[in-house]
Amino acid sequence: MELGKRGLGILALLASTALLASGCSGGGGTNDAAAAGEDKTITWWHNSNNGEGKAYYEKVADDFEAAHEGVTVEVSAMQHEDMLTKLDAAFQSGDAPDVYMERGGGELAGHVEAGLTRDLSELATDEISMIGGNIAGWQVDGKTYALPYSVGLAGFWYNKALFKEAGISNPPQTMDEWMDAVKKLKAAGIDPVSVGAGDKWPAAHYWYYSVLRECSQDVLNASVKNLEFDDQCFVKAGEDVKKVIDAEPFNPGFLSTPAQSGPTSASGLLATERVAMELAGHWEPGIMQGLTEDGKGLGDDTGWFPFPTIDGGAGAQDAQLGGGDAWGVSQDAPDEAVDFVKYLLSDSVQQGFAKLDMGLPTNPAANDSVADPALASLLKARDESPYVQLYFDTAFGASIGGAMNDEIALLFAGQSSPADIVAKSQDAANMEK
Amino acid sequence: MTEGVKVVSATVPARQGTAAEARPRNTAAERGSRSPKRKLRAPADKRKNLEILFFVTPALLLIAMFMLVPIIQAVRFSVYNWKGFGPLVDFVGLQNYVRVLQNEVFTDALVHNLVIIAGSIIIQLPLGLAIALLLNRKMKIQGLLRTIIFVPYVLSEVIAGVVWFQLLQPQYGLIDTVLAKLGIQGPAQGWLGTPDLALWTVLIVLTWKYLGLAVILFLAGLQGVPDELYEAAQIDGASWWQIQRKITIPLLGPTLRTWGFLSMVGSLQLFDMVWILTGGGPANSTTTMATFLVSEGTKRQNFGVASAASVILFIVALILAVSYQQFILKRDTQPDTSRKRKKVRR
Repeated sequence: MELGKRGLGILALLASTALLASGCSGGGGTNDAAAAGEDKTITWWHNSNNGEGKAYYEKVADDFEAAHEGVTVEVSAMQHEDMLTKLDAAFQSGDAPDVYMERGGGELAGHVEAGLTRDLSELATDEISMIGGNIAGWQVDGKTYALPYSVGLAGFWYNKALFKEAGISNPPQTMDEWMDAVKKLKAAGIDPVSVGAGDKWPAAHYWYYSVLRECSQDVLNASVKNLEFDDQCFVKAGEDVKKVIDAEPFNPGFLSTPAQSGPTSASGLLATERVAMELAGHWEPGIMQGLTEDGKGLGDDTGWFPFPTIDGGAGAQDAQLGGGDAWGVSQDAPDEAVDFVKYLLSDSVQQGFAKLDMGLPTNPAANDSVADPALASLLKARDESPYVQLYFDTAFGASIGGAMNDEIALLFAGQSSPADIVAKSQDAANMEK
Repeated sequence: MTEGVKVVSATVPARQGTAAEARPRNTAAERGSRSPKRKLRAPADKRKNLEILFFVTPALLLIAMFMLVPIIQAVRFSVYNWKGFGPLVDFVGLQNYVRVLQNEVFTDALVHNLVIIAGSIIIQLPLGLAIALLLNRKMKIQGLLRTIIFVPYVLSEVIAGVVWFQLLQPQYGLIDTVLAKLGIQGPAQGWLGTPDLALWTVLIVLTWKYLGLAVILFLAGLQGVPDELYEAAQIDGASWWQIQRKITIPLLGPTLRTWGFLSMVGSLQLFDMVWILTGGGPANSTTTMATFLVSEGTKRQNFGVASAASVILFIVALILAVSYQQFILKRDTQPDTSRKRKKVRR
């Protein structure tokens, strides 16, 4: 009996040790096999995790496998936020997927510095020249590290019917006209604008755009490069935003309103016709469709106009703020992964991508395939703009961007000043130097 | 007050009496097994040690893997400037700690944690006690009432948070709609959107959520109060109110103090409810130490700063827990531990 007990103890110990050991090694297995490179497996993570988009990407992967013998593409479709969390964890453990979504800017610079992502400058020259100006956000020190497949803009999405009801015939083009529109909407008993200041970045977009109008591109480029915010135009931009806030155009409770989750989010309020407009990214129609019962969002009432111009600003008045998603290849991925990314940017794949309204294609051959009229007008604004500035929280990276957004949200709450935004951003930037 | 003290001291011998009754039985049993053991002492001890080793090792391994290693890692990360990937190279010493302690958002978060600790105890203690005393009386719908009080505690924190988030929506939320029908205007920015109100709103939701735990614990404590004491008090002509004040509540002491400890630890670690209701906003008016370290770490990738914040959170929790043990729980644990020690010695 005694021996039996002890034997059992040893058994339990061995079993638990084995469990722990297998738990530790479980994650590493697949990558080692891929690195060995016999069967050429490409792991691919994307965020089109439902409906047509998911099916389309599965077909794309199948087509690539059919054209390349011996290559398997392992597709993982994930919900966007989940994917970002898992990507962070994957980079931490050095177990990143071969082909993954790269958002550019400071985040990419960090990945490059840590040697996690592959330099595509020499490997994809044709694609890089095809994408043109839109690729700037994915370049670090003149080298290209990822190929953007969708680049969109932030701008005002509005409800055409509510604008008509308030007697606004044309969408505003200057800040004064915009303020006028706000007054008219209020007079008609309509809440003019929704903003998801609870999530901070939607509020921050007002400051980003004001900076774009007040600062010249040279100042901005130098600022992103040297991490300096010493130009007065940054403070001026804050003052512009303060004027907007003081006009009280926003939905009740905007300080705690989330950006786009649920019917009471900023996007939900626009989709359910409770506000007339919202400053949001190119993904807005898709979000709104998901937040309405009939799945149509605002339907035919959906309109889009670019952020208004600001009189006397030193910046380009037709520059746009935007961002996008690119395919990056991790450092130890098989060479076939680069071919796969090139294939993802080919005419046919991008045309199918555009037809399904999955984003705004960067391959010009796919421009005509964008079906949605509002998105088409956005695409036109993008291609006509002198440059597309990457969202600042992406361009400067999460750390500086986070401090910046925090302080901008405080300005919206009346607890900060234009000078504070610059000071806090500079503080965070100094930590990065 | 003096009477109350008398009652307590009168009950203490009774308690010791039951313990004394139990004790001889233990010793008799141990004495019986003692003499044969003595002969085999050396090998038996060795075998016993081996056995302990075998059975404890898996648990120790788990603790080491999931507690010690992360704690050591956090301390290690906290002295580096690290983005979460790549090698740890940028050694910055204690700079991250300085950064955290000089950060107003963090010091505010610490204050919020303390407010929530104090607030939960001040609100939930009398309320929970009152409800527990009421529910301890024989009533027709006792079971139903107990269930209603306890349901929020069983509910997942995330689900409860989302439900309250929707209820508290400004203008379109149920609470504001009802208030509007009564002719009362809710705050313009909403309950969760007004910086001065948000923390109190969160505290009310937390009270709703955790009152059930307090009530259930207190009810369990009430079962431990011997009926003879009530009978004796009743014979002496004590009213229901007097009995509660002078017998029930003093005898409930250990339960109340243990609950206070649980409540304090829970408030220190508070994350999910705040994250869902406000995300720490508006204007950082509801941040807790836990939300601070999550937003610094996973959102901004300042893992060094977040690790420093987590080490500080650990130290704060340790200090509070140890001093609570030392000054408040000691009365309850002291006799227990000394009794245990005696047992082991034998």
